[in-house]
Amino acid sequence: MPSALINVPKKAKRGDVIEIKTLMSHIMETGYRHTASGDVVPRDIITSFTCRFNGAEVFRADLYPAIAANPFITFFTTVTESGKFEFEWSGDKGFSETAQASITVE
Amino acid sequence: MVIVRPADATPAMLQTAIRNVVGEANVRTGKVKLDIPPLVENGNTVPMTVSVTSPMTADEYVKSIHVFNEKNPQPNIGNFYLGPRAGRAQVSTRIRLADSQKVTAIARLSDDTFWSATADVVVTLAACTEEAI
Repeated sequence: MPSALINVPKKAKRGDVIEIKTLMSHIMETGYRHTASGDVVPRDIITSFTCRFNGAEVFRADLYPAIAANPFITFFTTVTESGKFEFEWSGDKGFSETAQASITVE
Repeated sequence: MVIVRPADATPAMLQTAIRNVVGEANVRTGKVKLDIPPLVENGNTVPMTVSVTSPMTADEYVKSIHVFNEKNPQPNIGNFYLGPRAGRAQVSTRIRLADSQKVTAIARLSDDTFWSATADVVVTLAACTEEAI
């Protein structure tokens, strides 16, 4: 089962720049490996990651096979109000996962 | 100001990948900091941080960061899209390197100028692209 690890501070002051760490479990099969019989192992990667805050996109990434297995991405954002972060990963073979995290801004 | 075309003397695929992002614009070195270990044992997971010097205000911010490599089967590693509200132009991830090679990070600023940094990485155990599983 795919699972996400999200690290978002629970609380922040208005205007703070916070760090968000995300990890999604995924094999990130490159499509460049072969089985012992010589068949190519088909590519199976996450191609896109998006983070939204209260519905507005704050960060997005295009991923390629050169991203290591279990993609770990950290980035920053400025918080101005309390709300909810929504994370979305999508990729090959119909992969689609979401996660959420809330923050209280004082 | 020094104007550098970072794609020079690197494989054509890398040059094409960079041109697909920057178009005809000049890519200058500077503003971008690429933190990656100079020597890694395991190319399957190499920590990497790209940071860009920018005030990150509504008028002056980093639009995107693009990371490329020289010798993997594909020249692209990742594209990261930021905006003024990022507050700090920095992203970290873990990448795969199939060989000892150069890694290049290019940042697109809000004025549509491009800045880059390049680092050499020596990989002792390459990410497995050929071995049978």
